[in-house]
Amino acid sequence: MTTLVLADHDNKELGSATLSAITAAKKLGGDVHVLVAGEGSQAVADAAAKVDGVAKVLHADDAAYGHALAENVAPLIEGLMDGYDALVAPATTTGKNILPRVAAKMDIQQISEIIAVNDDGSFDRPTYAGNAIATVKTSDAKKVITVRATGFDKAATEGGSASVEAVSGPGDSGKSSFVSAQVAESERPELTSASVIVSGGRALQSGENFEKYIEPLADKLGAAIGASRAAVDAGYVPNDYQVGQTGKIVAPEVYIAIGISGAIQHLAGMKDSKTIIAINKDEDAPIFQVADYGLVADLYEAVPELTSKL
Amino acid sequence: MKILVPVKRVIDYNVKPRIKGDQTGVDLSNVKMSMNPFDEIAVEEAARLKEAGKADEVVVVSIGEQKAQETLRTGLAMGADRGILIVTEQMPEPLAVAKILAKVTEEESPDLVILGKQAIDDDSNQTGQMLAALLGWSQGTFASKVEPGEEGVNVTREIDGGLETLKLTTPAIITTDLRLNEPRYASLPNIMKAKKKPIDEKTAADLGVDVAPRLETLKVTEPPKREAGEMVPDVDTLVAKLKEMGVAA
Ligand SMILES: Cc1cc2nc3c(=O)[nH]c(=O)nc-3n(C[C@H](O)[C@H](O)[C@H](O)COP(=O)(O)OP(=O)(O)OC[C@H]3O[C@@H](n4cnc5c(N)ncnc54)[C@H](O)[C@@H]3O)c2cc1C
Repeated sequence: MTTLVLADHDNKELGSATLSAITAAKKLGGDVHVLVAGEGSQAVADAAAKVDGVAKVLHADDAAYGHALAENVAPLIEGLMDGYDALVAPATTTGKNILPRVAAKMDIQQISEIIAVNDDGSFDRPTYAGNAIATVKTSDAKKVITVRATGFDKAATEGGSASVEAVSGPGDSGKSSFVSAQVAESERPELTSASVIVSGGRALQSGENFEKYIEPLADKLGAAIGASRAAVDAGYVPNDYQVGQTGKIVAPEVYIAIGISGAIQHLAGMKDSKTIIAINKDEDAPIFQVADYGLVADLYEAVPELTSKL
Repeated sequence: MKILVPVKRVIDYNVKPRIKGDQTGVDLSNVKMSMNPFDEIAVEEAARLKEAGKADEVVVVSIGEQKAQETLRTGLAMGADRGILIVTEQMPEPLAVAKILAKVTEEESPDLVILGKQAIDDDSNQTGQMLAALLGWSQGTFASKVEPGEEGVNVTREIDGGLETLKLTTPAIITTDLRLNEPRYASLPNIMKAKKKPIDEKTAADLGVDVAPRLETLKVTEPPKREAGEMVPDVDTLVAKLKEMGVAA
């Protein structure tokens, strides 16, 4: 049994969700190899080789893989799969984009966003916005799996000494090309790996209010900033802030929901947080049903007071 | 340009799912069902491209039980021209759905297939990518902007770090994200008109697709319940709690 893990990265750093995927891969049993497909991505391959439990790193460095285009990366992986029993990737937007393309080509029914590997070879995966956990077993000879990072501990970034082997694939398919990206550089911790998150909802009413009320509190707590879909749709914050069923899944030590009602789609993305704090002026808001500490208050008074007292 | 839009009948997004007592799945009897919200966004995008003169035909296709007719009618009322229903006894898994859609695509020869990025019941997020793989087409997943041009189509995607724009050769597969558009409500006259639009019916067997499941669901259970905690009377108490937890000095 050998498993290939597709690394998530930005050509500079190994994405932390990869570490959770590696832990899940180890639970499948057998050796774990990591594929780093990128351009100018030596540092990522080196980092992957140091991760505890990784036996080998396959490094495909080519301009065709620099933007992780599914049309280019999927054939590269297919070409490598002869030697593997399972393919695993973190359920990041890159993993979600590429893995089903590989699975279909290999006639395999992918298992998406697992949160547990069970002893009998079955997997647990959330469905219905996390309201129903399905335990499934596959009859396919090989497995293709995406991993929800919050379901697994991160593998240690030190302790491994894997060999790095250069590999290559068919390269550019000519089907798609990268035009541009709008990726904000932020000093803040990344949403999916932050230990504290301050999230704002529709009640914030504007981007300026996010800056005025949410940011100072997040600064005080060294927190990442998240948001509900309503706040993103209204343009108060960018799309990558969205927490929920169809946004980012987070499980920080502390999640502070401010002016968020607690729709099931939002809860799906944050209810595994260790401690949930909610500030909402409506005492019947559903968010209070999952909150460890709830404060019924007008955010425009309570949040500045909280920030000043911390 | 011709656009194919697959639509799925799913539990309405406002309904809280209940697990069956025997743990075999979610109880869907007497539950409000609707078009998967991401598929509504897909139909809307296709309808807008048609209204803008960039597309001349929009075909909606649904796979599932007979009642998926209703979902097709919704799509027709939103502006699609005709429907195709592929009847199956059980809801096939994403790979089988993609295989069925590949057959329909071969028959219909659309320039674009626009799908929802995920269905809110199964939450798999696979079908569009799988369809692209089976057809050997380009894919623009999680789209928040779709701009067909002289050659190909530019798709802006919602990715973990922000946004990314790709240029795809056509024919292409696009999957929708929430910010692509705000779907319309079908007007009464359009709902009436939709009743007269044609729906063609087939079975998966007609298309020669094996829909036997690969996954066996051993059980479906509720996630661990989170206990509601305590209400704190004021900001000072909250500050004290944060200090206790060690997140504030
Ligand atoms: C297909 C689909 C996918 C979705 N995916 C997601 C997702 O991933 N993530 C997500 O978040 N949502 C998602 N949603 C949307 C979800 O259903 C809700 O509409 C959304 O979460 C509501 O956001 P909100 O809580 O900010 O807004 P609202 O529900 O409007 O709540 C605002 C809250 O603010 C409170 N409030 C107002 N003023 C104040 C004040 N001055 N002080 C304190 N409190 C105040 C109100 O009491 C209310 O509880 C999805 C929906 C669909 C259909």
